[in-house]
Amino acid sequence: MTVEAIVGPSARRRVRRKRRRREALIGYAFILPALFVFCLFTFYPFLHNFKLALYQTSPYPNEPSKFVGLHQVGQVLSSTQFLQSLTSTILFTLMVVPIGLMLGLLLAVVAHRKLKGIGIYRTIFSSTVVTSVAIAAVIFGTFMDPVVGLLPWLGINPTPPLLENPTWALPAVAIVTIWQGLGLSFIIMSAGLQSVPDDVLEAAEVDGASPSSRFWHIIVPLLSPILFFALVIATISAFQSFGQIDLLTGSNSAYLHTDVLTYFIYQNIQGQAPNPGVASVLSIALFLMTLTLTLIQLRYVERRVQYAR
Amino acid sequence: MPAEEFALATPAHAIPPAARLHPKRMRKHRGWRAVANYLALSALALIVLIPLYVTVVNSLLQPNLIAHQPPPLFPVHPDWSAYSTAWSEGNLGVYLRNSAIATTIIVSGQLITTLFAAYSFAFLEFPFKRTLFILFLSTMMIPFEVTLVTNLATITDLGWYNTFAGLTIPFLATGFGTFLLRQAFLQLPKDLREAARLDGYGHVRFLFRVALPLTRPTVAALAVFSFLGAWNQYLWPLVVTGDNNAIRTVQIGLKQLQATQANQINVTLAGTIIAAAPLLILLIIFQKQLVRGLTAGAVK
Repeated sequence: MTVEAIVGPSARRRVRRKRRRREALIGYAFILPALFVFCLFTFYPFLHNFKLALYQTSPYPNEPSKFVGLHQVGQVLSSTQFLQSLTSTILFTLMVVPIGLMLGLLLAVVAHRKLKGIGIYRTIFSSTVVTSVAIAAVIFGTFMDPVVGLLPWLGINPTPPLLENPTWALPAVAIVTIWQGLGLSFIIMSAGLQSVPDDVLEAAEVDGASPSSRFWHIIVPLLSPILFFALVIATISAFQSFGQIDLLTGSNSAYLHTDVLTYFIYQNIQGQAPNPGVASVLSIALFLMTLTLTLIQLRYVERRVQYAR
Repeated sequence: MPAEEFALATPAHAIPPAARLHPKRMRKHRGWRAVANYLALSALALIVLIPLYVTVVNSLLQPNLIAHQPPPLFPVHPDWSAYSTAWSEGNLGVYLRNSAIATTIIVSGQLITTLFAAYSFAFLEFPFKRTLFILFLSTMMIPFEVTLVTNLATITDLGWYNTFAGLTIPFLATGFGTFLLRQAFLQLPKDLREAARLDGYGHVRFLFRVALPLTRPTVAALAVFSFLGAWNQYLWPLVVTGDNNAIRTVQIGLKQLQATQANQINVTLAGTIIAAAPLLILLIIFQKQLVRGLTAGAVK
């Protein structure tokens, strides 16, 4: 046996191992910038909530916060303000999501036919996607203004005015949100409709299926995965609504029952008396609500994939 | 055989003569259908556009005319002064510039970190790759609002309060983007990397000369998507820019405009049009990319 025959393979193995180690180093280097941002601004602050939740902020400035264990968590979660905030969040979501999705689907179905000039309509229907919540809130805030607004002129003018009325403020904010979300809802629904084969619809038309039965028996079932996706996205984004509430009802939010969870968190960060402990408990609650929805979606998607096989 | 499959399977010449009259009747029927369709489309377009239209009209009216009942449907004598007032007194010129700077930093930063991370997950082998990828994906489950308390403290401790660094650096990575780009990279032919390696391409050169050009539609979609998100941010710019006019973004500028110009509604409304214009123009140019970015998670 020659020397080369023994050294050869092991040397090659060494070269291969060296190359693999180099590749791993490059691999880590490439993910490092993103990982660093995630660690500092996502994972650390997320986990830090669980620590902060156990400490009570002192009512006196310059005094350190005190460890109180789960006491504060129970206190916040059973407070009337939290229950009201949770109710507002859920009511708001129930107003915004179903109507928003149905309107988006309506626009998508109407814009689905290949007609001349349909592109212009599609651009118009998508247009609200580029308006921010701030823009939508200012526009609708003017509409609802008791003096110069269009709605009061149309006869919708309760006393106290829409945005100062504990009964009407939340629906008013919901309408702004629906309008602002219409573009996105339309875009997602259209994309879904495009995945419905045209020949299926045409065949149904030839067979004499009425528009409404085509809608309920063909479009909706074939669209159900997209509808579900849109439902989850819309619900999560409704949970996170903030700008329109800050702009339209602002510091009156608690009185007007528009203090959704995100606004409640904000008040505990920047209000007159910042309270990181309470804000953390609320953040964890918001996270758990979002997580539950995401898990439901993941499970559903998994099942769908199994069906497809 | 279900009815619709039957209809599909039947060639035109196989349809009995009596039924062949049907298409003609249907075509006539279709003409009316198209008219009805246009009417429905136009009615809906009107509903979507009315808020924007009324805003444009009101921004061109004298304040005393806005309160006029019934409100004018068309600005007969358009008064553009509200726009210059919003621009100068409302400081919108500065705020638009700030939004542009912050958005540019966020979009380009996100693209760079995401390109490298997605490349790494798609083309390179290293220990704990799967775990790290799941870690990246898990960031999608943590809404930014949940991290607000500590992030504000971190930014303050770093001395980044009221700076562009504070405004942008927390957003320089995206789990969704990494997922999207990795998917696109994985669709590329497997031997592409090997062939490029034999040609002496290193990873960076391969990424920018081969992988990036081949996945340009996905990258463009991601860019437009993150542009939209960055430009329209509200909560974070509100808490992190405090009272500093020098770096305040246009969204927060609108809040300020609404508060300070309360008795000059035309100025506030002109401000919203100014704030909305850049993105409306962008929508018209990049509609395809935007749609692709927004629906990437929904449709394959």
